[in-house]
Amino acid sequence: MPDIAYEQARHGSSIGQPLTRRDGFLKVTGAATYAADNRPEGLLHAVVAVSRIARGRVASLDVAAAKAHSGVVEVMTGTNAPRLAQDPDAKHNPFMFRLDLLQNDRVRYAHQPIAVVIAETLEAATEGAELLAPRYEVDPPQIGLDAGEPQEPEGVGAGDKAIVSRGDVEAGLDQAERRVETTYETAAQYHNALEPHAIVAQWDGDRLIVDTPSQGLAMAKMRLAGLFGLDPKSILVRSPYLGGGFGSKGFLSGPQVLGVMAAKLVGRPVKLVLRREQMFGPVGHRAETRQTLRLGTDASGALTALDHHTLTATSRFDEFYEPASAISRYLYAAPAVSTRHSGVRVDTGTPLFMRAPGEASGSVALEGAIDEMAEACGLDPLEFRLRNYAESEPISGRPFSSKALRECYAQGAARFGWDKRGPVPRSMRDSAGRLIGYGMGTALFPALMMQAEARAEIRADGTGTVALGAHDMGQGAWTALAQIAADGLGIDLDRLDFQSGTSDLPNAGIAGGSAHTATAGTAIHSAAAAVLAQLADLATNDERSPLYGAGNAGVYARGGRLVRRDDEGRSEAFSEILNRAGRTSVSAQGQGAPDPASREAYAMHAHGAVFAEVSIDPDLGQIRVTRLVGAFAAGRVVNPRLVTSQYYGGMIWGVSFALHEKAVVDPRSGRVMNANLGEYHVPVNADVPSIDAILVDEHDPHVNPLGIKGVGEIGITGTAGAIANAVYHATGIRVRKTPITLDQLLG
Amino acid sequence: MNRFDYVRAGSVAEAVAAAAEPGAAYLAAGTNLLDLMKGNIARPGRLVDVTHLPGLDRIEHLPGGGVRIGALVRNSDLAYDPDFARTHPAVAEALLSGASAQLRNAATVAGNLLQRTRCPYFYDPASACNKRDPGAGCDARSGETRLHAVLGWSEHCIATHPSDFCVPLVSLDAVVEIEGKAGARDVPLEALYRLPDSRPDRETVLAPGDLIVALRLPPEAAGFAAHSRYLKVRDRTSYAFAVVSAAASLRFEGGRIGEARVALGGVALKPWRARATEAVLAGAEPNERSFGEAADATLADAHPSGDNAYKIELARRLIVRALTLAAAGTPERMPALPASAFSGDALHA
Repeated sequence: MPDIAYEQARHGSSIGQPLTRRDGFLKVTGAATYAADNRPEGLLHAVVAVSRIARGRVASLDVAAAKAHSGVVEVMTGTNAPRLAQDPDAKHNPFMFRLDLLQNDRVRYAHQPIAVVIAETLEAATEGAELLAPRYEVDPPQIGLDAGEPQEPEGVGAGDKAIVSRGDVEAGLDQAERRVETTYETAAQYHNALEPHAIVAQWDGDRLIVDTPSQGLAMAKMRLAGLFGLDPKSILVRSPYLGGGFGSKGFLSGPQVLGVMAAKLVGRPVKLVLRREQMFGPVGHRAETRQTLRLGTDASGALTALDHHTLTATSRFDEFYEPASAISRYLYAAPAVSTRHSGVRVDTGTPLFMRAPGEASGSVALEGAIDEMAEACGLDPLEFRLRNYAESEPISGRPFSSKALRECYAQGAARFGWDKRGPVPRSMRDSAGRLIGYGMGTALFPALMMQAEARAEIRADGTGTVALGAHDMGQGAWTALAQIAADGLGIDLDRLDFQSGTSDLPNAGIAGGSAHTATAGTAIHSAAAAVLAQLADLATNDERSPLYGAGNAGVYARGGRLVRRDDEGRSEAFSEILNRAGRTSVSAQGQGAPDPASREAYAMHAHGAVFAEVSIDPDLGQIRVTRLVGAFAAGRVVNPRLVTSQYYGGMIWGVSFALHEKAVVDPRSGRVMNANLGEYHVPVNADVPSIDAILVDEHDPHVNPLGIKGVGEIGITGTAGAIANAVYHATGIRVRKTPITLDQLLG
Repeated sequence: MNRFDYVRAGSVAEAVAAAAEPGAAYLAAGTNLLDLMKGNIARPGRLVDVTHLPGLDRIEHLPGGGVRIGALVRNSDLAYDPDFARTHPAVAEALLSGASAQLRNAATVAGNLLQRTRCPYFYDPASACNKRDPGAGCDARSGETRLHAVLGWSEHCIATHPSDFCVPLVSLDAVVEIEGKAGARDVPLEALYRLPDSRPDRETVLAPGDLIVALRLPPEAAGFAAHSRYLKVRDRTSYAFAVVSAAASLRFEGGRIGEARVALGGVALKPWRARATEAVLAGAEPNERSFGEAADATLADAHPSGDNAYKIELARRLIVRALTLAAAGTPERMPALPASAFSGDALHA
């Protein structure tokens, strides 16, 4: 836990406090209105009909039958859908993903929307969609890494280079005392936030109001403006609460836009909510990977070379490549490192960002390969990692802005009891005879900064406002950002009016890349500092003030007052300063953005170490994770309760990644055969072990003014690899394919 | 969802008459049927709600030792009935290993017996399925088959029956009481189900209008109470269908097994009574060798229906384990994780 007294002394009363979610009461009492809870007057219900084929065209739809069904108002198809101002396949920048918006009859993936039925009731719309009874002209789909059309992408993930290397990997491997070449496969995973994508759209002439979950309000507004040819000022996107995002709500999905089109077509407000099975197609997924790693070490167990190649899939019609090799650019020291990506085009929806895109998949393979090499060297996996600890970023050579990974290893290992690990696989058992295994993995996620703006204000009554279009996906932004805002303005939280979650507020960028608290927090901090500077100007230049002459830098704010640094006994309330100056308020804007100079000079990442214990039935192969300990260093901890929750959530997804989650796609049809939460397994409570998340102190003077790194995604990295390595340690069977299932352990 | 008539039956006779019409289906808790209707897999024209029928929600301990369980008894009510759990511990353990607490609280005994397969191709209207559409073909055959049948399947259907409850029930000679147009009759649970053969759409011997009103366990079933277990291997610790499951009940005579009752779940389109296993065990000493031979006797008939050969070896090991646990004796208390490999039992005798 962070040193609360230290945090208070440095910042104020809020940052560092383990506050509960400010919106928690609303959520547990059902008072929080999620998008689909909105019911404007005259609301109609829209249901999407989706394609059963993965490639071809829709030959016919029985629109008449659907329209004849009682309650059905309209059927929107490729024939009558509103034409758009912009081709939804246009790609003016890499973050414009192609959408299927009923502008033609083609089918590019299974579960692609092919029509929308709009009715007075949800039931009527649902039955109307069934009655469409589509017929298709089918082209055989190509599904899977071995069937797709090969591609050599230039960019992967959010625009990273596909190939980044340093040194001569082949020479490093040639000189190596020991070599390991190993291939890991990870399964496709589909976004399934508890809240499916949903939208309530209302047109009022050329003005458009949408309630929809969004991790990127301003981008959503601009996307709608482009598609419908609207002035962005005439669009309001409201997204106060999200039932989970995880990357799936960063960009508007096709079905969300279809809701807006449906409302335009019928001239009434429309609600459209995706059915659970419809999440398996049009809203993005984590593509499968096949990763081959080649490692060499010298006699001391130091890496001489590391080559990490990823083969992954993108859709036939758009580009997103899971950047799984990227993690090898940052983590282990080696004189020669090569990180490469290849792709294939397949007939699925376009893969997109999913929690720790690249790092999650890459970490499983890298940590597995490291475990294999540690064993080849006869070294304890922790000792091996310490021998290959990167003191500077492996490929770029830059120093780290901060890196408390050694402390993570030490604290995690101590809490877990790593020293009790038997060195030989299949050597530990519990009293009942079950196999016990210990495994570890290193966690890493880049400490990114995006762009954000915020507005801050102090009023003459001593209250303040901070406003920005930030996003609370459930991670706690309403709370953590408000804590930053309260301290930034030097007021108590109950004096702060914190406004967030709508697109008419200053653009807070995107809640993604684990960068929202850092970026939006910096914007808030900067806006608040500008407000305080104005207050200080008013006070320190006024001889009636006890602060007169202290100078702007000679005062600080605390508890709604400006206080002299040279004499803390002399202070003045904000309200007195404003009232005397005859001002009702002072306000200012602030920005959050990466600092190019420090980004050039330093490598910036959050780090962690995850330790896993598994229990496995030696005869039946059934696996259970029994303990997880993660120790993470991610700069300043704004709210330890929320940060711990983020680590828990990430680590539980690590359990899911290692043991459960897999979209089963029938290669003949291209359909996901387990598109429901009964059969698409994620961990249930009984699968979630005792979890310990240790917050390791880390001070980072370079990453941003607040010293904050992200915590949203790092928990999934390290964890899945730690579990896979524990399964090996328990059984002596190295399963190089996730999810690891019991049939692979029957021996 | 299509439009349908909803009939709330006031008596068994009324229900049978109302459900004898083509396209009618009985509705109890609906934990399976409503999902099938939402997915457009089942489109009954008439739902006959039987949840208000009087007298079908009782557990009766019969004179002479048998138990009669009303069709509408909720799964959790039966599992938590102290007398029932004491006399039929493997059945209670199986019930508590199924579905989730919420589903068990809603689902009825008779509904559990008649739940449909979880074969994903059956649930996918765009896939060919002989069960849904006789003669259409079976897309599961060369599809994703990790969880499909290894016993009793045919080229027309390789699906499995998903129930846990039914597995110990068939091993204990449970009987279903049926009311139909032709009056009342009893059918052994094992004979209720048909193997797929060439008509996998005909899942049971029930005729239109037939209503299961009760389930009966004979007095001998309680004779296994001291050595009776259910064990279920699954892909997650809870809320998952069995990959393979086994019920094993033993009655000892001297140091030897007097009688054994064994059945498998997750391997066939019906709960699979392992009679060959039982035959090997009759009179045998309880040890790993006899258990292994007994398991082999049943699995000699097993064949993979796809990418599921592992199930045969897994079923073999599971029979051995279930017999080992049963021989060790029924635990005094229901394990916190019923039927689980992680229930806390020692793995070997």
